[in-house]
Amino acid sequence: MEILREGQGELIGWHDPDEHRRWVRENKSRELKDKTMTVAEAVEKFVHDGDFIACGGFGHIRIPMALIYEIIRQRKRNLIMAGKTAVHDIDILIGAGCVNRVEVAYAFGHELRGLSPAGRRAVESGKCKVVAEISNAGYQWRFLAAAMGLPFIPARNLLGTDTFEKSSAKIVRDPWSGKPICLLPAAYPDVAMFHVPRCDKYGNAQIDGILVEDFELARAARRLLITTEEIVDEEVIRREPDRTVIPFFLVDAVCEVPYGAHPTQMPYLYFFDEEHIREWLTVSKTEEGTQAYFDKYVFGVKDFEEYLELVGGVRKLSYLKRVEQLRAPMPAQGGE
Amino acid sequence: MAEMATYTPTELLACVAAHILEDGKSIFVGTGLPMIASMLAQRTHAPNLLIVFEAGGVGPQVPVLPISVGDSRTFHRAVAASSMHDVMSTLQNGYIDYGFLGAAAIDPYGNINTTVIGDWERPQVRLPGSGGANDIGSLCWRTIIMMRQDKRRFVNKLPFITTPGYLTGPGAREAAGLPEGTGPYRVITQLGVYGFDETTKRLKLISRHPGVTIEEIQANSEFEIAPAEVPESTPPTPEEQRLLREIDPSGMVIKGR
Repeated sequence: MEILREGQGELIGWHDPDEHRRWVRENKSRELKDKTMTVAEAVEKFVHDGDFIACGGFGHIRIPMALIYEIIRQRKRNLIMAGKTAVHDIDILIGAGCVNRVEVAYAFGHELRGLSPAGRRAVESGKCKVVAEISNAGYQWRFLAAAMGLPFIPARNLLGTDTFEKSSAKIVRDPWSGKPICLLPAAYPDVAMFHVPRCDKYGNAQIDGILVEDFELARAARRLLITTEEIVDEEVIRREPDRTVIPFFLVDAVCEVPYGAHPTQMPYLYFFDEEHIREWLTVSKTEEGTQAYFDKYVFGVKDFEEYLELVGGVRKLSYLKRVEQLRAPMPAQGGE
Repeated sequence: MAEMATYTPTELLACVAAHILEDGKSIFVGTGLPMIASMLAQRTHAPNLLIVFEAGGVGPQVPVLPISVGDSRTFHRAVAASSMHDVMSTLQNGYIDYGFLGAAAIDPYGNINTTVIGDWERPQVRLPGSGGANDIGSLCWRTIIMMRQDKRRFVNKLPFITTPGYLTGPGAREAAGLPEGTGPYRVITQLGVYGFDETTKRLKLISRHPGVTIEEIQANSEFEIAPAEVPESTPPTPEEQRLLREIDPSGMVIKGR
């Protein structure tokens, strides 16, 4: 195939498909076994310094925050993160000094809420490096290629732009149409983390609402950590198998963490905690404020339950539930 | 302005954008003003406008303004709560007529930067990057761009092309391998509405907002905008203003009331 152009971005998370097949054969158990453990155990066992990590969900939606806080608590370092529209998770992981390299489709912003002070400060000062650019569809198709066990997947985006020039993709001539086409390399994160509404102890997980790219990411990642609002009986899964998005053999850890996505949104269950997100966006304007935030909400609490008490407890959480279910008006938010 | 306007600049932008949208077509939208414009079009002349969100929401009946393109409002009473692979593939397959984008800066060919100001390696200002913008600008039939216009944003040369417009001019998109017959269609700013010349593929003025002069428009662009006899943009009606308050009750986007 004629290579017309090559992106100059760093190739993150690629494996030769045969190498990955061997890794799967040797490392991923097909045994139906109990994988429940604490968040602390899951992070200790499966997240290592230097790993390439990715979260399920999208932006501020369905983000596995209990795992994110635990990564900060365990002071993991030199992580590379998929900015696959990563917003709150990547911002606080960069702010805490855990993530220092990012491949960016979308990062350093909080959509309508404005740009991320912590993430931007780290990139603009050189503390955190953008290793490559890509787009949302581009990242998602990188995961699709990996999920399919392929070295790459063709797509018609990125062409003609600097987003391509700084990506790890290549442009070739399509042997059928004769037109230039972009080849997106597979991306296999070392660890992917998800928060789901329900999952059994083996890891069979359901997701309600849009899947974003969770189906593909779950199949692309080597290690998969799941936090769940509740651990349900296997029977609940088997009664409606069409609702399973992630089957057990992909999963390495299952942790029961009610409200585990706070302050992000859990569709149908609870809304974004705008008050808390605003607090982060305000205090993270300075390095001191950023550290004080972690001292208070991560190092100052014993676990996620204590954190939930600190952010407003039952009263706050039931309010967020009413907003999500359109029984209370959405709070005004945005800047200050 | 000669007379006191009875509407805010943001209300005007939302209405101007809504007027461009057609009934029975499909649109890929982001949050903020594009979402408000699409919801307004649905509640006025385009009840059958099919709204699609990049995270997987297809054809929702949006109850209140979503904060994110992935939040649960984007699939409220939708026809499908799908996935990014699904909606991005329908985009690549030609099902999406319009795409709505924001931009930090634009050049005369409608190329967009939302990635960096300054050097890529060590940027002066790091912006969020493409998100879904490169995908939308590459793959939907017609791209509509909403942005603020000034001399630093309407520039001859961008430091970084995040999302393709007509690249270097006529034929450049097709030569790069982008789908045939696609590209930027309208640019809406606080001063006017622009289209693209069919032969040169350069930005051209097609309407100016009430009270705005050609001189003002030129003074807020680094590149030349050919003076043209153009009509004034249609201002918001009281009914449209009422609907906008209904769509964004907390004034999250429609500020300055």
